[in-house]
Amino acid sequence: MTQSISIKDLTLNFGAVSVLEDLNLDVAQGEFLVLLGSSGCGKSTLLNCIAGLLDITDGEIHIQGHNVTWEEPSKRGIGMVFQSYALYPQMTVEGNLAFGLKNARVPKDEIAKRIARAAEVLQIEPLLKRKPGALSGGQRQRVAIGRALVRDVDVFLFDEPLSNLDAKLRADLRVEIKRLHQTLKNTMIYVTHDQVEAMTLADRIAIMKGGQIMQLAPPSEIYNRPVNKYVAGFIGSPAMNFMDGQLDGGAQHFDTGRGLDFSVQGYEFAAAPTSGPVWLGLRPEHVQSGKWAEGQPVQMEALVDMVEPMGSDTQVWAKVNGQDLRFRMDGQEAVAIGDRIPIGFDPARLSLFDKSTETRL
Amino acid sequence: MTAAEMNMKLAVTPRGAKPRSPFAPRNIMLYGTLIVFSIYYLLPLYVMIVTSLKDMAEIRVGNVFSPPVDITFQPWVKAWAEACTGINCDGLSRGFWNSVRILIPSLIISVSVAALTGYVLACWRFKGSEVFFGILLLGAFIPYQVLLYPLVIILRELGLFGSLWGLVLVHTIFAMPINVLLFRNYFVAIPEELFKAARVDGAGFWGIFFRIVIPMSLPIFVVSGIIQVTGIWNDFLFGVVYTRPENYPMTVQLNNIVNSVQGVKEYNVNMAATLLTGLVPLTVYFFSGKLFIRGIAAGAVKG
Repeated sequence: MTQSISIKDLTLNFGAVSVLEDLNLDVAQGEFLVLLGSSGCGKSTLLNCIAGLLDITDGEIHIQGHNVTWEEPSKRGIGMVFQSYALYPQMTVEGNLAFGLKNARVPKDEIAKRIARAAEVLQIEPLLKRKPGALSGGQRQRVAIGRALVRDVDVFLFDEPLSNLDAKLRADLRVEIKRLHQTLKNTMIYVTHDQVEAMTLADRIAIMKGGQIMQLAPPSEIYNRPVNKYVAGFIGSPAMNFMDGQLDGGAQHFDTGRGLDFSVQGYEFAAAPTSGPVWLGLRPEHVQSGKWAEGQPVQMEALVDMVEPMGSDTQVWAKVNGQDLRFRMDGQEAVAIGDRIPIGFDPARLSLFDKSTETRL
Repeated sequence: MTAAEMNMKLAVTPRGAKPRSPFAPRNIMLYGTLIVFSIYYLLPLYVMIVTSLKDMAEIRVGNVFSPPVDITFQPWVKAWAEACTGINCDGLSRGFWNSVRILIPSLIISVSVAALTGYVLACWRFKGSEVFFGILLLGAFIPYQVLLYPLVIILRELGLFGSLWGLVLVHTIFAMPINVLLFRNYFVAIPEELFKAARVDGAGFWGIFFRIVIPMSLPIFVVSGIIQVTGIWNDFLFGVVYTRPENYPMTVQLNNIVNSVQGVKEYNVNMAATLLTGLVPLTVYFFSGKLFIRGIAAGAVKG
């Protein structure tokens, strides 16, 4: 596998504050990598370091096999798309697309050719003579993508490109970015705090927290086998249920100590199970209820506390032997506060974390 | 939405409160006050204009407010080309051209240096740049008179004392605090991502300044330009202190004409000379007023 981007021991300090520390990351040729995390986790900072917009304190950055650690942003072979579009307001769309190429002294006919091609791909041909002020948010972001496109680069960097758009446009443009990636097969690094964007777009997701990458894996693995409690709680909506309790490693039995206990046989332990305090994570959508609860390896009864009907499904807040539990039911099932309904789940879909280290068992 | 579109909208949807009568008490109060204040401020101008168009015989009659009986432009000609100051008798024209020769380099250099300084302070922060900016702002509070003599010594040491370029240097220095503040606050409001995008697009320090920042900042250049034109044109103190008589600007020349103690006081010539001197800033305000207001307002909201 050829590496498109390779980051070695990257450290960045702002004064005495360490923002990124000894970060290593390899991105394969043509891969779509999403940097995901809540605000302040260092994801945008990392992207700015890759782009060369921030001078790093220590480490190395290689793009397409070249050491670009101290290279100017324009010489790194990257194109970048920003959250606020960052179009030059006094230039037409065409001028915006041509600006970087003119700076790089690309011949005129080549500039025209590249603009025509980018405009066709992004369907912005009718807008070329307009100024950014006369465009809608979606159109502006398309032009901003076009500006990265005409540079004919190997690596695209996206810094929360859809965050300023409304929900419908966001969904449309998300699909378009995915299609663009399938057509161009460029390496793309995409920063977002939106887990839907991350799950739908990414070949691999890097979940960041406190300037470190918590987990770097394909979306399905992140969802099914989160490496720690933070990742487990971050991914998934509604969020994962957590229960604290004791695990009996030998019998593979879990006990909250507050009246709820069940077997976790079927759970794939990373290492031989040991006994001790644990966090048990259970995704709301993995809890079966009503008649679907039958036949599930673990079964119990839930007392419905609150109901949130969403149409397609209903979110239920319930209590199971004093333990809060949130789960989803089919939207067509009748359920009311105070109902007692049977629920069940498969331990193979659970996540177990060590109580003190919060890492996956 | 343009005014025309606005009117269309109003025309097709006749909603809202009934239009007020033009003679409603509120309007009478409002326009009455405005008219009274306009008269108050315009009256001196009126007196100046009519006096400048009378001959001395008519002025001696003493009807200050009456319009001229015989309109004569002789005082204007005299003020421009014939009035004597010292041994020279070529009127204000010499001072006018001196002022132009002082104004143009001072304007260009001071606005350019202020814009560049503001750009660096806003967009290319360096260690201590905020302190630097703070010290610069302090300069706005120092009375000119305090620095008058030290500057004489500095100019002497530089070999610029008495020359036009010495005065240009002084104007540039005193323009810095307020103009740098204007430019810096305007540039700070430009989104940071724009600079990042420009850097990815291969523009450097000067490329970003000339091709991104300046084209976006016309209003603030107009504001700074107007402040400088009026400031430099109306300057008397620096002109009289730092230049020699052959380089005296128009204001100094005007003073020498108006305040001459010999012979008859020619009120009509004095009025004409004063009006001529004030014409340049007046014209500048007249043609760029709209941009000036927009620039000041933009700075106020964004800064």
